[in-house]
Amino acid sequence: MPVTVFYDAATRTVLAELSGDIDHCSAKGMRGPIDDEIMKRLPLRLILDFENVSFMDSSGIGLIIGRYKLMNDLGGTLITVNPKPEIKKLMELGGVQRLCSIIYQKRRSLIGGIKI
Amino acid sequence: MKLKVLNQMVLRFPSLSENERFARLAVSGFISSLDPAVDELSEIKTAVSEAVTNCIVHAYRDTVGEIRMEVRLLEGCRLYISVKDKGCGIADVARAREPLFTTAPDEERAGLGFAIMESFSDKLRVTSRPEHGTTVTMLRTLRTRKPQNGSGS
Repeated sequence: MPVTVFYDAATRTVLAELSGDIDHCSAKGMRGPIDDEIMKRLPLRLILDFENVSFMDSSGIGLIIGRYKLMNDLGGTLITVNPKPEIKKLMELGGVQRLCSIIYQKRRSLIGGIKI
Repeated sequence: MKLKVLNQMVLRFPSLSENERFARLAVSGFISSLDPAVDELSEIKTAVSEAVTNCIVHAYRDTVGEIRMEVRLLEGCRLYISVKDKGCGIADVARAREPLFTTAPDEERAGLGFAIMESFSDKLRVTSRPEHGTTVTMLRTLRTRKPQNGSGS
């Protein structure tokens, strides 16, 4: 699965673990499961985990911007975590850091440990 | 001054979305003998992915057409990549190259394709004729770790 979605009720957080390549072809299939979970849970924050993303182009930036807009409409926040250095560079080129923080955190502490 | 061509390939494939992956893996395989650095390889793959995606999303918007990709390795570790389509063309290339400009916002296109190709290549050339197609050419010098025949002169 290119995306696995979790929900933590205590912190009202949706965590989406993305994996593999994010391009125009694969991004289409990633949006649905994430948005379905967001609309079902109406979370306070969405965490997009890029740890297992091996490649990304501007479609990934489109994916982040789209989820940012959705979370913003719901009054929530977005956090992106653990991108590889070259993917972080691309994110910064696309101005992602102006929409959300890009942080590095161990998997175990992802849901509870991140301060907004 | 004309640079000597050390190796080259030409690929023709239909503008199907799954070929975005194929195109960047093909380029990645083509330059693998140069042992490029991780960040360098990633940037080249990203630039190719943007060029091919543009053909699929914009040039052949409601149809499937042929994409022609040519890659040449020139002396001095210079990489030449050209991606050509015979699609709808771009009326205003300067405007299309502006960051954040997109004609497909509904599909979550960030409008960053050309900006990314530009920052990940040393030189980017875009030539286009409406109704005839677009050619994107990128030049990039690799900081290779292996000595190449004919390089450095």
